Amino acid sequence: MSVSARRRRRLAENVTAYGLLSAALVVFAVFSWFPIVRGVVLSFQQVNFVDDPEWVGLANFELLFADPLFGVAWRNTLLFTGLALVFGFAIPFVTAVLLNELRHARAYFRLVVYLPVMLPPVVTALLWKWFYDPGPGLFNEGLRAAGLPDSAWLDSGDTAMLSLVLVSTWANMGSTTLIYLAALQTIPGDLYEAAELDGAGIWRRLWHVTVPQTRFVLLVLLLLQVVATMQVFTEPFVMTGGGPDDSTVTVLLLLYRYAFVYNDFGSASALSLLLFVALGVFSAAYVRLTRRSAE
Amino acid sequence: MKSPRSRRVLVPLAAIGLLAAVPACSGGSGEERSADGKLKVSINGQPPQTQAFERMIFDQDVAEFEAGHPDIDLEPHEGFMEVESFSAKLAGGQLEDVYYVYFTDPAQIIARRQAADITEAVKELPHVDQLQPQLLDVFRDGSGKLYGLPTANYSMGLVYSRPLFTKAGLDPDNPPRTWAEVRAAADKIAALGDGVVGYADFSKGNQGGWHLTAWLNSLGGQIARKEGDGWKADFNNELGRTALDHLKQMRWTDDSMGSKQLLQDADAQRMMGAGQLGMYLAAPDNIPTLVKQFNGKYEDYGLAPVPEGKGTLIGGEGYMVNPKASPEKIKAGLTWIQWKYLNPDRFDSFTKRYADGKQPVGLPALPNPDIWTGALRDQQEAAKAKYANVPAQNYAAYLNAATTIKGHLEPPSAQQVYATLDTVMQAVLTDPAADPAALLSAAEAKVNATLAQVR
Repeated sequence: MSVSARRRRRLAENVTAYGLLSAALVVFAVFSWFPIVRGVVLSFQQVNFVDDPEWVGLANFELLFADPLFGVAWRNTLLFTGLALVFGFAIPFVTAVLLNELRHARAYFRLVVYLPVMLPPVVTALLWKWFYDPGPGLFNEGLRAAGLPDSAWLDSGDTAMLSLVLVSTWANMGSTTLIYLAALQTIPGDLYEAAELDGAGIWRRLWHVTVPQTRFVLLVLLLLQVVATMQVFTEPFVMTGGGPDDSTVTVLLLLYRYAFVYNDFGSASALSLLLFVALGVFSAAYVRLTRRSAE
Repeated sequence: MKSPRSRRVLVPLAAIGLLAAVPACSGGSGEERSADGKLKVSINGQPPQTQAFERMIFDQDVAEFEAGHPDIDLEPHEGFMEVESFSAKLAGGQLEDVYYVYFTDPAQIIARRQAADITEAVKELPHVDQLQPQLLDVFRDGSGKLYGLPTANYSMGLVYSRPLFTKAGLDPDNPPRTWAEVRAAADKIAALGDGVVGYADFSKGNQGGWHLTAWLNSLGGQIARKEGDGWKADFNNELGRTALDHLKQMRWTDDSMGSKQLLQDADAQRMMGAGQLGMYLAAPDNIPTLVKQFNGKYEDYGLAPVPEGKGTLIGGEGYMVNPKASPEKIKAGLTWIQWKYLNPDRFDSFTKRYADGKQPVGLPALPNPDIWTGALRDQQEAAKAKYANVPAQNYAAYLNAATTIKGHLEPPSAQQVYATLDTVMQAVLTDPAADPAALLSAAEAKVNATLAQVR
């Protein structure tokens, strides 16, 4: 077969593949890429959906930067992300290590840990809202039963964000734990045996075998968690509405307000573009890391 | 089986077809005419199936209107105003020709040119000039052009428990007229003991800010004032401090507000329904809620005008017209609004249907919203009196004051403003050392930031 004939055959095969792929590409184009491009264009426009869009240059961004809530929202989002990492990163890892050590009722405990993930996020938020209720809520009833003073939970600027982080951690730790568990189970048992023969205790085994062996999974999950937690919306939207005293206004909640309360889609798009850029940095790091781990 | 060639062609074709279908989804305000040549007019405001009585009334009205207007084909859509989906519906050509709005929405809708100018078209409608002018003003822009019509309204008053008034030695036919009298009455009611609370106020779920607004209005103040093209907070002043000082005294000096705070409307209704609360600020629609949810009696509740009576927070609803609607549709839509909601010829029959359906008649709320002036208001009141099945005298003071108290609309970005003011109410009601002046000053900066976003 000549070179050109081979090339033609390969092209024909590829055309079929591209043809089959094009349906998926079209779906992506219509439902993902087009809205992204439209969002970028909207960032520089003002629209009322009646008249033609009006180009306003950087006016939407200027409005955002002048909004005192803009800084508050970023600070709150970073606080949420930081707290969510402390809890949402450490707790599932410890849980996974413990689950990995279990010899009995493993499946049962895995199911128990995973169950919260199966609840729809809004249901989880509403459930915890009841737990936090300052009057007849479960937590305050518990505190009272223990003879401790009530806590304001969601009603105080000091505790509201932490309360939301706990909900998010509880709701999401199941899937993270399972990923850690899967990573832990890929570690060859003879490494632990060798470490034990060398006299390593549980902490040294954890530090010198478990952590290095799961390093890439840990890093990838860390970045995924940063990307996910920076987009926190459901918990503050359902549970606090951004209050009390703006202490739980996150970037996405502010974006929602611009779009659907102020009906200012231009500024909302501008804010989403800024969030997109911020998350893009983390995503780029994620891509680099996954590529390295694949190599 | 198709050949590889046809498959290769089909896939991209399907893709192009899908892409082409996207712009086809958006459009104007729909087809002009139905197959039989009638003008199609889509309307919303149809109550959901779960509200069986209201739904029945609405559907009957649609059928009756169509019978009387054979050239118009109404397309009713379930639901009312959802701010979240409004722009999406407008962008996608799904917004009804005639659409429902709360009084808080028109200003922004008008500013964004998302409603049709009906100034000229409305001149052909009867009785519009006898609507309360302040309610029509809700639908006007700065130059006086009209963009909608009010169909119902409410204003805040003081809901009180008549049995507790009697028990505390107060006269239930002579409810408090000033905040000083409210304080004195609350003190006496709280003295009954057994966990009875004299007066309750809210501080949670944005309702604290809402009530502080109502309180300020009652004293003749307002939460925000218009300054040029923008808005500024207007509560960090003597009136604001007076309201908070008064609240603080009732809560901490008199101890007449109970120890449980962070309340919202459902809590107050529960307390009032259980006979544990003397008074709270509310709109008249709270009374049927109290009766229905807590198996109460209309005889047990009274409604007084808001204390001091220098102003009252008003709310309500109305209809606006899609800016993409043709003049013909605008005319037909307005004909429907007038026939259904603003129709003195139907005062009697409409009220009778509610009475026959065992719905409360006689309250200053649906089916007889207080939107008229002069002879039409008297005519509606006569229809209401004829079919009244609740003790109308319990609400007489409220109704008599309605025409003399100045109505205040909610501020722009009301929920965000209220959220900030919740903090102020919470502090005063939960911390005996709270400093009203400092709280108002801190809230002013935040509310100004919120108001700066209004454009």
